[in-house]
Amino acid sequence: MAEVKKMATRDAYGQALAELGEEHENLVVFEADLAAATKTGVFRKKFPERHFECGIAEGNMMAVAAGASTMGLVPFASSFAMFAAGRAFEQVRNSIGYPHMNVKIGATHGGISVGEDGASHQCCEDFALMRSIPGMVVLCPSDAVEARAAVRAAYEYVGPVYLRFGRLAIPVFHDEGMSFEIGKGETLAEGDDVAIIATGLMVYEALQAAEQLKAGGINARVINMCTIKPLDTELVLKAARECGKIVTAEEHSIIGGLGEAVCAAVAESGIPCKVKRVGVNDEFGHSGPAVPLLKQFGLSAENIAKVAAEL
Amino acid sequence: MTKAEKTDLAIKATKIRMAIVEGTHAAKCGHPGGSLGAADMFAYLYFKELNIDPADPKKPDRDRFVLSKGHTAPGLYGALALRGFFPVEDIKTLRQIGSYLQGHPNMTLTPGVDMSTGSLGQGISAAAGMALAAKHTGNPCRVYTLLGDGEIEEGEVWEAMMFAANYKLDNFVAIVDKNGLQIDGPTAEVMDSGDIAGKMRAFGFEVAEIDGHDFDEMEAAFKKARETKGKPFGIVMRTVKGLGVSYMENSVDWHGKAPNDAEYETAMNELNAKLAKLEAM
Repeated sequence: MAEVKKMATRDAYGQALAELGEEHENLVVFEADLAAATKTGVFRKKFPERHFECGIAEGNMMAVAAGASTMGLVPFASSFAMFAAGRAFEQVRNSIGYPHMNVKIGATHGGISVGEDGASHQCCEDFALMRSIPGMVVLCPSDAVEARAAVRAAYEYVGPVYLRFGRLAIPVFHDEGMSFEIGKGETLAEGDDVAIIATGLMVYEALQAAEQLKAGGINARVINMCTIKPLDTELVLKAARECGKIVTAEEHSIIGGLGEAVCAAVAESGIPCKVKRVGVNDEFGHSGPAVPLLKQFGLSAENIAKVAAEL
Repeated sequence: MTKAEKTDLAIKATKIRMAIVEGTHAAKCGHPGGSLGAADMFAYLYFKELNIDPADPKKPDRDRFVLSKGHTAPGLYGALALRGFFPVEDIKTLRQIGSYLQGHPNMTLTPGVDMSTGSLGQGISAAAGMALAAKHTGNPCRVYTLLGDGEIEEGEVWEAMMFAANYKLDNFVAIVDKNGLQIDGPTAEVMDSGDIAGKMRAFGFEVAEIDGHDFDEMEAAFKKARETKGKPFGIVMRTVKGLGVSYMENSVDWHGKAPNDAEYETAMNELNAKLAKLEAM
């Protein structure tokens, strides 16, 4: 994995929109005054007539997108995760989720890795909020290649989809043309001593952790769980049966995210398996450069390896 | 509008009021007051204004109606049933388990309902999204939404108005039902919304202020709405909440409670008398 190219998943989101816009006339974008940051500006440059600025009014934007979707358009509504999932939660719940609208929510700047802007903008609650809405698909791609594939899959899926992208440039480790299916996890490394189930930027950290664990004689399975809902329960329970130990890793609160979804699946299965969650431990973030900040919050390969080794 | 047309609309409005009383009485709950007050507007929209077809409720170029004040669903259901979207007697299943007539409108269950609403402030946004999409796709339909004067306390309503004006949605009509009452009391006391028409004008709307029980004024306003180009249209209509049932008129108490058996009898007697009078005209 030498010389790994880095790219933020938000950049891949903008690219994917521009690509898909070429193929699909009915793809439109709604934006809440953050086009340069969410990267929907890339789409706007190519298709200005299909990019609708909503101003700083995320709640209105979500319900506008819902209405537009009833007219045969496929809207991608974008903002930062904090405002898309947080501020506009109730519009997403009632105007998009309840009528099962064909609206895609492209939420960038998820998690602690927002960095310097600090806790007000570091959304670590979006998985919890979006998972709780019946029928909502929740995706969190692990690199730029998967992000592009996820955007395409979200377009092709009929129904509401929440996509979380990141601000930070992270390693691109998937091969171009990877196959992607909503609801299917991806096993990136085989091993039977412990399974690391990760999502988003924690997937690459999980792969690094597996390398570190290998040096200590522990063979870790690494599963990339881009789809947080619906969870690939089959793959989770296979890991539970075959490894007996699971570490989850996500750039999200340990409350309500991937970790809790895995815990619920394992607990209800009756399979004896220990689970530990690596995530943000029920606290707010703060300002600082993203990479040291992630380390400080234990969102690192070293911490995953430590937790896995101790399990 | 001819006298016969007006009488016919008044008959429809009275039947809508009867459906509202039937539904809320059967459900033992619901929102009769605001539904009754808007019954004349429901009648006008569904029997005069909207381009719709009960035989083809999803026809792509139909006009859209979004009940932003979703709690007045009994009035909408009454209008839809009388217009032929579903049997009038089904009104009695309102709010019951298994019924397609939910407490607040659900577009996935009820024929003729264009948007699921109930959480105040969101319907107008969805309607604006429909109007924008109609313009974008070249759909000739028009989009109408009905809001309450309590509902406009939600900030989202004004976000949606800014949006509608910004995109020059002249295929969009936002009607505000100004009955002056909300759950906790008169709107002037709960949260004084002041000059609603003036505020809408300031937000970029062309506005007509009308009597919400006068079909001639409705006709003139909707005509003006169709003629207005380059900006969205607002109709602020003064109404009497609870109109048609004497003891519910202008009463805060009848926002969200159902008539008991005796009250139901009184209400239906009043409405039947009104209907007989209209039918004799």
